[in-house]
Amino acid sequence: MDFSRIYDSIPYILEGIPVMFQVVIVSALIGISLGIVVATLKIVPNRLINFIGHAYTAVFRGTPLILQLAIIHFGLPQLTGYITTPYQSAVIAFSLNSGAYISEIIRAGIQAVDKGQWEASDALGVPYVKQLRSIILPQAFKNILPALVNEMITLTKESALVSTVGVLDIMRRAQIVGGQKAIYFEPLLFAGVIYFTIVMILTYLGQRQKKRLRKSDGR
Amino acid sequence: MIEVKDLHKQFGDLEVLKGITTTIERGEVVAVIGPSGSGKSTFLRCLNMLEIPTSGTVSVDGFELKKKGANVAKARQNIGMVFQQFNLFPHMSVLDNLTYAPINVLKVSKAEALERAKKLLERVGLSEKIDAYPSQLSGGQKQRVAIARALAMEPNVMLFDEPTSALDPEMVNEVLDVMKGLAETGMTMVVVTHEMGFAREVADRVLFLDEGILMEEGKPADLLLNPQTDRAKRFLEKVL
Repeated sequence: MDFSRIYDSIPYILEGIPVMFQVVIVSALIGISLGIVVATLKIVPNRLINFIGHAYTAVFRGTPLILQLAIIHFGLPQLTGYITTPYQSAVIAFSLNSGAYISEIIRAGIQAVDKGQWEASDALGVPYVKQLRSIILPQAFKNILPALVNEMITLTKESALVSTVGVLDIMRRAQIVGGQKAIYFEPLLFAGVIYFTIVMILTYLGQRQKKRLRKSDGR
Repeated sequence: MIEVKDLHKQFGDLEVLKGITTTIERGEVVAVIGPSGSGKSTFLRCLNMLEIPTSGTVSVDGFELKKKGANVAKARQNIGMVFQQFNLFPHMSVLDNLTYAPINVLKVSKAEALERAKKLLERVGLSEKIDAYPSQLSGGQKQRVAIARALAMEPNVMLFDEPTSALDPEMVNEVLDVMKGLAETGMTMVVVTHEMGFAREVADRVLFLDEGILMEEGKPADLLLNPQTDRAKRFLEKVL
């Protein structure tokens, strides 16, 4: 093992960090919005609309993310005639995919709120939308937030998949350096250290958030 | 004021209410007693459509409650409910618990809602807890706040679903005292309870339910001391 041989490539690999965050943050924002919509589809009192929400979730959770990414990047242009850039394909695939997972997190968070809260607000004549907004969601939020942080961590790790469509993220850059210098172990290990560090930081932030939420329970 | 006609409720194969017919008059305090699983809570929950009856009708002030929608929401504004598990909103202060529905449902002004809340808290003896959160209250205090929350809507009827069953014994009386005070103001009340003392002392009429059937009803002195049916006799022997 000889890390001195990749010293000059370290800045090049590090440039993948903002690229990765661009994919993750944009996908997370779109994914959360989509997740809210799909979760709503799943909880409204209408079977057909529920089915659409559940079908969406089933498809995106039931197939590999790398396949979804490949279909969007390599497959769809064949149908639409519109070629998306690697970055666009990555964001589309990750948004759609995380939207499915996040909708489940939100749905579970809402349904974990005590049934008595619905009943008490029903008994006071509070209409459905206000009930959801003022009574249920503020309580569901405490269930949702920790799981959402976990989803962000997963998204960060899985983002390495975007290297397969040519996005110049950390993973892709490490492979390129490996190819150029014909040594793979060092650049890949270096990439691993970067991912691990970022994930540890996110985990730490998540734990701190969780503690703060627990404290506010004792109001 | 509440008319119940041939009320049936089925959960899957289980028939919990088997045709209940009764009328609750304005100003009347009705205690509903019976063994657990007799359907008394389900009966009460049908009165404001928290449970949708399988068949039969419930009318409040001459208007029949239909399954869902505006009609029920409207009717519920006049029917206060107090739950066994209190069901206060944990993320709101006591004050917000009391003012949320008056402001957001009845469109009462904030000042007016605050005024009401203060009066009600005084009435249930919890004025000093106005800024507390539910988790800072004892069970008895929570239930008194829950009663005040229901009263803040100025309902015509109050439904109580085993309001003291989840309380430690030493807290039962503080809640029963509030309910007694309420009965004295002439509030129409339907109370599902295991507190026979309360039923005897406060109720105008007692309904005895068993296996989904209204077995017996009458004045508390008659029904509790001199039950006519074997079922009621057996039940009262155990609890009195």
